[in-house]
Amino acid sequence: MSGHESTYVPKSGIEKWLDTRLPIVRFGADYMSLPTPKNLNYWYTFGAILSICLVTQIATGIFLAMHYQPNTEMAFASVERIMRDVNGGWLIRYVHMNGASMFFVAVYIHMLRGLYYGSYKAPREMIWILGCIIFFLMIATAFLGYVLPWGQMSYWGAEVITNLVGAIPLIGEPVLIWLRGGPAIDNATLNRFYSLHYLLPFVIFGVVVLHLWALHTSGQNNPVGILIPKEREKKDMVPFHPYYTVKDGFALIIFLMMFAVFVFFMPNALGHPDNYIPANPLVTPAHIVPEWYMLPFYAILRAIPDKFGGVVAMFAAIGILFVLPWLDTSKVRSMRYRPTMKIFYMIFVVNGLILGWCGAQLPDAQVVPGMPSFALVDGQLNSYLWLTRLSTLYYFAFFAVILPFVGLKETPLKIPLSISEPVLKGPDAMSGAVPVQAEKKG
Amino acid sequence: MTESVVTKEAPEGEATRRDFIHIAAGAAAVGAGVMVAWPLINSMNPAADTLALATIEFDTSKVQEGMQIVITWQGKPVFLRNRSAAEMQRVVADNNAPGLKDPQTDAERTKPGHEAMLVVLASCTHLGCIPTFGTGDYGGWFCPCHGSHYDASGRIRKGPAPRNLDVPAYEFTAGSTIRIG
Repeated sequence: MSGHESTYVPKSGIEKWLDTRLPIVRFGADYMSLPTPKNLNYWYTFGAILSICLVTQIATGIFLAMHYQPNTEMAFASVERIMRDVNGGWLIRYVHMNGASMFFVAVYIHMLRGLYYGSYKAPREMIWILGCIIFFLMIATAFLGYVLPWGQMSYWGAEVITNLVGAIPLIGEPVLIWLRGGPAIDNATLNRFYSLHYLLPFVIFGVVVLHLWALHTSGQNNPVGILIPKEREKKDMVPFHPYYTVKDGFALIIFLMMFAVFVFFMPNALGHPDNYIPANPLVTPAHIVPEWYMLPFYAILRAIPDKFGGVVAMFAAIGILFVLPWLDTSKVRSMRYRPTMKIFYMIFVVNGLILGWCGAQLPDAQVVPGMPSFALVDGQLNSYLWLTRLSTLYYFAFFAVILPFVGLKETPLKIPLSISEPVLKGPDAMSGAVPVQAEKKG
Repeated sequence: MTESVVTKEAPEGEATRRDFIHIAAGAAAVGAGVMVAWPLINSMNPAADTLALATIEFDTSKVQEGMQIVITWQGKPVFLRNRSAAEMQRVVADNNAPGLKDPQTDAERTKPGHEAMLVVLASCTHLGCIPTFGTGDYGGWFCPCHGSHYDASGRIRKGPAPRNLDVPAYEFTAGSTIRIG
């Protein structure tokens, strides 16, 4: 799995015996001694943080499953029982519940870091694509899990999201009934959601292994974004352990502290109070919102006035990430050396936050209260409907227009030949390696 | 060279017996895969006991004029609305209103002799939320989730929903009693 020469020497007799039969200790030792660029900053610690998030979710989930009842009659009460009666149940559930949010905080930072430093570019396309698959699986798992407590938001979230499938022309209706296991969301739906919610984390785990395999094959990217030639490996690389085990460990502690603040002081801050009302198929809550981490995609869904079009746009918003490596035409990886692209990137981040904000608002509400407005096509210009549409437009334009176009037009800054150069000579005295050379593979 | 070793190569581009056996074995494996997968996939379709709940009966004389009640059919809420004279007047006047997304007359959505009684599935045709009566712009329902407006005939007038509120298959069996499904 690691793409470097093994330096492991088995010492004891048992290790020698094992090494010729199952070289698992060698595997671990090679993992730990992996040469890693020496300039990784704290944005690069989120990979390790995410792996801990996954382990936390799986571990707490296994114990919650020991007390949870996947039945419409009992699900809500069993979750309340976990909260009140099961020993430490409140802690396990709050960790699991807030853990999902923390997982998404970390994954969004991780993805934006990859976007900024061009970590998706050759030869790392597979790492990025596998990451996109993980992200998609995470969304699916989080949605399935949110249905399980069988509160009002669980029920109506399931209703709305499964209905997305019903928007597909011709096959939508039968597929919808198949998905729900009946004409409406009911016990059959809850049971299968529980089954899949238990399954998918292990699928994610499998894809994470592939993600790391691809990472160790093509090597870590770094903030400078250059490929490190073999002969400079000694100077520009350090072993993963202890350098990055310590750095990741420190970042993890800070992250867990923030996690703990949510779990112990504001465990329901990121949830919706309506989910503490048992599911009622006859009453829709006045204002349905998904969990915060899905809001940008929910906003895109609502931006399109056509039902099927909205569903297509929402899935396209995730789908376009898969082809990102081929949309970016720039030869330079890191946006550190792409002054024009950097500005569009900043706007993209802010735009993502705006989309999330829009997803939580009523479409007809005014963005700036009291500001004069006029009707544009099917809504007021000063409404979240139009703000969402403009944000959606920028989201797609960023990938489909800005990345390909700016990559061809902009003049990047001079990029260094090695990781040490910017440190030794100062950031303005780069030797100006031609990007194509730095791009050379292997 | 022993005789059991096949050494004679077929000319370029010509199918050999080995190609045939590869394709045949591959096709059989795919067929077997589908046959194994189908029962598993089909097990997720509605079970027999779920399908057995397909019809219900209800006496509509309990619904007074101007009143609306909600009953469940197949786990889905259904509106029974006995519309008032004013509501009837408005929906009939709107039969040919411009901009109907899914044009239908009110008569096409009710049963002859029971024109005032509207029976519709109480799920918004957008994404399935339950619309509330009396808050929309057209004297009918309004869906709080994504802002679809329906008139008192359940016709979509404004918003993202693609269709009128669905009228389930139903009939008046005896007098005022209906059977849905």
